[in-house]
Amino acid sequence: MKKKDGWRQAMDAGSCQAWHRLRVICAAALSSCRGGLAALAIGLLPGGARAEFGINLQPPATIIARQIDDLHTTILWICAVILVVVFLPLVYALIRFRRSRGAQASTFHDNTPLEIVWTIIPVVILVAMAWPATETVLAMKDTSAADMTVKVTGHQWKWEYEYLARDGTPEGSEPVRFFSNLATPREQIGNQADKGEHYLLEVDNPLVVPTGKKIRVVLTAADVIHSWWVPAFGVKQDAIPGFIRDTWFKVDEPGTYRGQCAELCGVNHGYMPVVVKAVPPAEFDAWMAEQKAQRAIAKAAAAKTYTLAQLKDQGEKLYATNCAACHQPNGKGLPGAFPALDGSKVATGPVDGHLDVVLHGRPGTAMQAFGKQLSDLEIAAILTYERNAWGNRAGDVVQPAMVAARRNAGAVASAPASN
Amino acid sequence: MDAHSANPAIPGVPGHPPRDYAEEHHGAPGGLRRWLTSTNHKDIGTLYLWFSFAMFLFAGALAMLIRAELARPGIQLVDPAVFNQLTAMHGLIMIFGAIMPAFVGFANWMVPLQIGAPDMAFPRMNNWSFWLLPAAGTLLISSFFVPGGAAAAGWTMYPPLYMQGGIAYDMTILAIHILGLSSIMGAINIIVTILNMRATGMTLMKMPLFVWTWLITAYLLVAVMPVLACAITMMLTDRHFGTHFFSAAGGGDPVLFQHVFWFFGHPEVYIMILPAFGIVSTILPTFARKPLFGYTSMVYAVASIAFLSFLVWAHHMFTTGMPAAGQLFFMYTTMLIAVPTGVKVFNWVATLWRGSLTFETPMLFAIAFVCLFTIGGFSGLVLALVPVDIQLQDTYYVVAHFHYVLFSGAAMSIMAGVYYWLPKWTGHMYNEALGKTHFWLTAIAFNVTFFPMHFLGLAGMPRRIPDYALQFAEFNLIASLGAFVLGAAQLLFLYNVISCIRGGKPAGAKPWEGADTLEWTLSSPPPYHSFTTPPTVR
Ligand code: HEM
Ligand SMILES: [Cu+2]
Repeated sequence: MKKKDGWRQAMDAGSCQAWHRLRVICAAALSSCRGGLAALAIGLLPGGARAEFGINLQPPATIIARQIDDLHTTILWICAVILVVVFLPLVYALIRFRRSRGAQASTFHDNTPLEIVWTIIPVVILVAMAWPATETVLAMKDTSAADMTVKVTGHQWKWEYEYLARDGTPEGSEPVRFFSNLATPREQIGNQADKGEHYLLEVDNPLVVPTGKKIRVVLTAADVIHSWWVPAFGVKQDAIPGFIRDTWFKVDEPGTYRGQCAELCGVNHGYMPVVVKAVPPAEFDAWMAEQKAQRAIAKAAAAKTYTLAQLKDQGEKLYATNCAACHQPNGKGLPGAFPALDGSKVATGPVDGHLDVVLHGRPGTAMQAFGKQLSDLEIAAILTYERNAWGNRAGDVVQPAMVAARRNAGAVASAPASN
Repeated sequence: MDAHSANPAIPGVPGHPPRDYAEEHHGAPGGLRRWLTSTNHKDIGTLYLWFSFAMFLFAGALAMLIRAELARPGIQLVDPAVFNQLTAMHGLIMIFGAIMPAFVGFANWMVPLQIGAPDMAFPRMNNWSFWLLPAAGTLLISSFFVPGGAAAAGWTMYPPLYMQGGIAYDMTILAIHILGLSSIMGAINIIVTILNMRATGMTLMKMPLFVWTWLITAYLLVAVMPVLACAITMMLTDRHFGTHFFSAAGGGDPVLFQHVFWFFGHPEVYIMILPAFGIVSTILPTFARKPLFGYTSMVYAVASIAFLSFLVWAHHMFTTGMPAAGQLFFMYTTMLIAVPTGVKVFNWVATLWRGSLTFETPMLFAIAFVCLFTIGGFSGLVLALVPVDIQLQDTYYVVAHFHYVLFSGAAMSIMAGVYYWLPKWTGHMYNEALGKTHFWLTAIAFNVTFFPMHFLGLAGMPRRIPDYALQFAEFNLIASLGAFVLGAAQLLFLYNVISCIRGGKPAGAKPWEGADTLEWTLSSPPPYHSFTTPPTVR
């Protein structure tokens, strides 16, 4: 790591005073542009929160992001210099050699030494650029000696986080694992409500990590390719179904860092943000203990029986986060792409059939196997809602115990059938 | 040489009955039959150009919808499912329906005229390769109306997402197969024509640069269209016949598709820019009244870009997580491409140096090409650096980059070429004032639309999203406003072209005094059958 800072310092030191002054002037010019633009936009945009817009990479929060930022700044300046070197003669020619000013065309059409020079100089510049870039590539790829490992799974359209065996996790105990869904209310997306400050960049359960620790991220996906991206970390890694990839980051400053899925993954690609909360290690340990305690509470809750109203109420919220993207809030689906649930045979027919679809999904379609993602209580609530919402009047209540029973029965029954 | 003396009323090539001069001028059958059955390179060139213009307007209309949706945060016009269909179809139709056929149209019209050949080598195949296009275009457009709507997995069609789609996805595969067939046939025709039918004395190194760039492009097409065909056929069999090329569950690999796709896709981006290089290298010397600087190095630069384009494909895949050695290899090769690209830009500037410049519409477009393509080259260089690319991949920065090379590169070179050769094609001058208005509106609106996208990408806005966080609102609004002007400006272009066809000041054989290629030795419009006796090139 030391060495990488070295080249950066050398760069900074090497750049002369005038260079620096130019940068300051440019920055000032840009920020006044920004003021003007913001004023323009405020006049034109609808109400609600407004966020400061950027024209450059987000402030780096990791060493890798900082190196990327430096690399980008360097190449930008190189491009700027080449641009001037090319455009000055071009602009001069366009002004000076106009026929309207009486310019006579000369007839030269070759100059071998010149052509050799302008082939070799770019090569030299490129080699100079490739060197630091190579160092950063190697640093990005070095996932060894991590302090902890988080497994990230991309789903249509949410992220699943799982803390893999870490010092202090008792042998055999289940790792902490949860889903992270978009938390922005639908009314904001549909412009019926003012948009909040973190519109589309907020989730129900952020990934929580300790600061100052090297965190290895291993990624995969359940359905299609997604890409886990946090700009401030300089991390963007595709999550590929059936394969495991890894990357790493180490955050120094506590804070909330926001990013998005960066690989087109279907209808709600724009709605699967990544939010990482970095907290000091002690706070992280407390959070982890809390997570474990909550899992015990949830287990106990699944053993109870509930009324239709209780389940339907919970189910409505869960439906909104898990199902509405495809089947739509009104249960009408999107004809041709996603079936309607309002009045559907499955959602009004026998409970077991309905359960099987939700638990095991429909292979080859966007309908996922929610059995792996949701608890018995959650599935019970969603089913109860679906069977009694809109025009559906099945009138029955699906209890967590029924889900558990079908889960086990289904596992046995579907095992041979799936081969 | 006087235009009419180039085409004297002398007997045709051996084996053909002698024709009289009148028949030379009125050789086309009338009405619809002329267009359906034509084997004449000029008619087919015209058909290609009109087809591509229609597709340009259609895909442009899709882009207007995209920008309208993106003008403000929130969902206002189209739901996310439709939005994805719009972006995918915009890309596919622009690339396969607008840019590529337009260049083939230029090749059809200009390659025989510039090498002094009477027609393309395989006129019937030429007819066939054009008439495949409307079939494919119809398939693509009609796929919007089937259940589930059009394919919505991006123009890159990555599985497994592509597997999830309905019938439209199969229609798209079929359409691309047809387009690919058409391209391959067109390319073979061009190669054979150039290699066998040049005028006496026209050695390879005396060919106009436009012909050179097309010769190389045609080889690229023949090399990579079958690769694309393989990729989408494998996808088709995965979708319907139980194979698992791209499915990990069956032992396949989704990333394999990306490798195969980009092995096609990267040469493909050069397929869309090399003929543009040719057009610009024709126009700049004409209006500088000075020979092209560094002809030989231009030819070598084009050839080495074409060669290198086979070695850089994985720079589109830096975030898939390939090994460090792979990332480094593809970074170095990608950076190398900047060298011949730079040489071309330097040569163009040197061509203008100490010329005698005038600024007719084609020249304006050609100069804008040089400036704006250079900016696209710079952003390409930025993206070539793996760590920076990982930050910028799949963001609006990439959208900005490829529009600088594809709109201000490919599309604006096509506009330059249309204005340059319209007098030759129609026999009339276009309206210069209107042309210049079209140019300035296009050039300014283009930059207003696409330059802010660099900022959006840097600040972290992903591409292919229908809605975005609030910090991206300002630049998106600016981009949308620019886009509407850009779109509307193209209607001026349409109007100018149509009125030029209908009439206008007679162009004469050679309206551009600095032009020196063979097509200007013919009358405007050229006789239906031209160069029936090959000219001789000194
Ligand atoms: C100096 C020359 C160039 C360099 C170094 C370069 C480099 C790159 C790189 C590294 C990317 C990948 C960006 C990413 O997805 O993260 C890219 C994307 C792209 N480039 Fe270039 N490029 C150059 C010129 C061109 C030209 C001439 C064209 C076409 C006429 C072109 C068309 C494209 C397109 C269409 C994409 C985006 C593909 C997609 O993801 O949909 N580039 N370029
Ligand atoms: Cu995703």
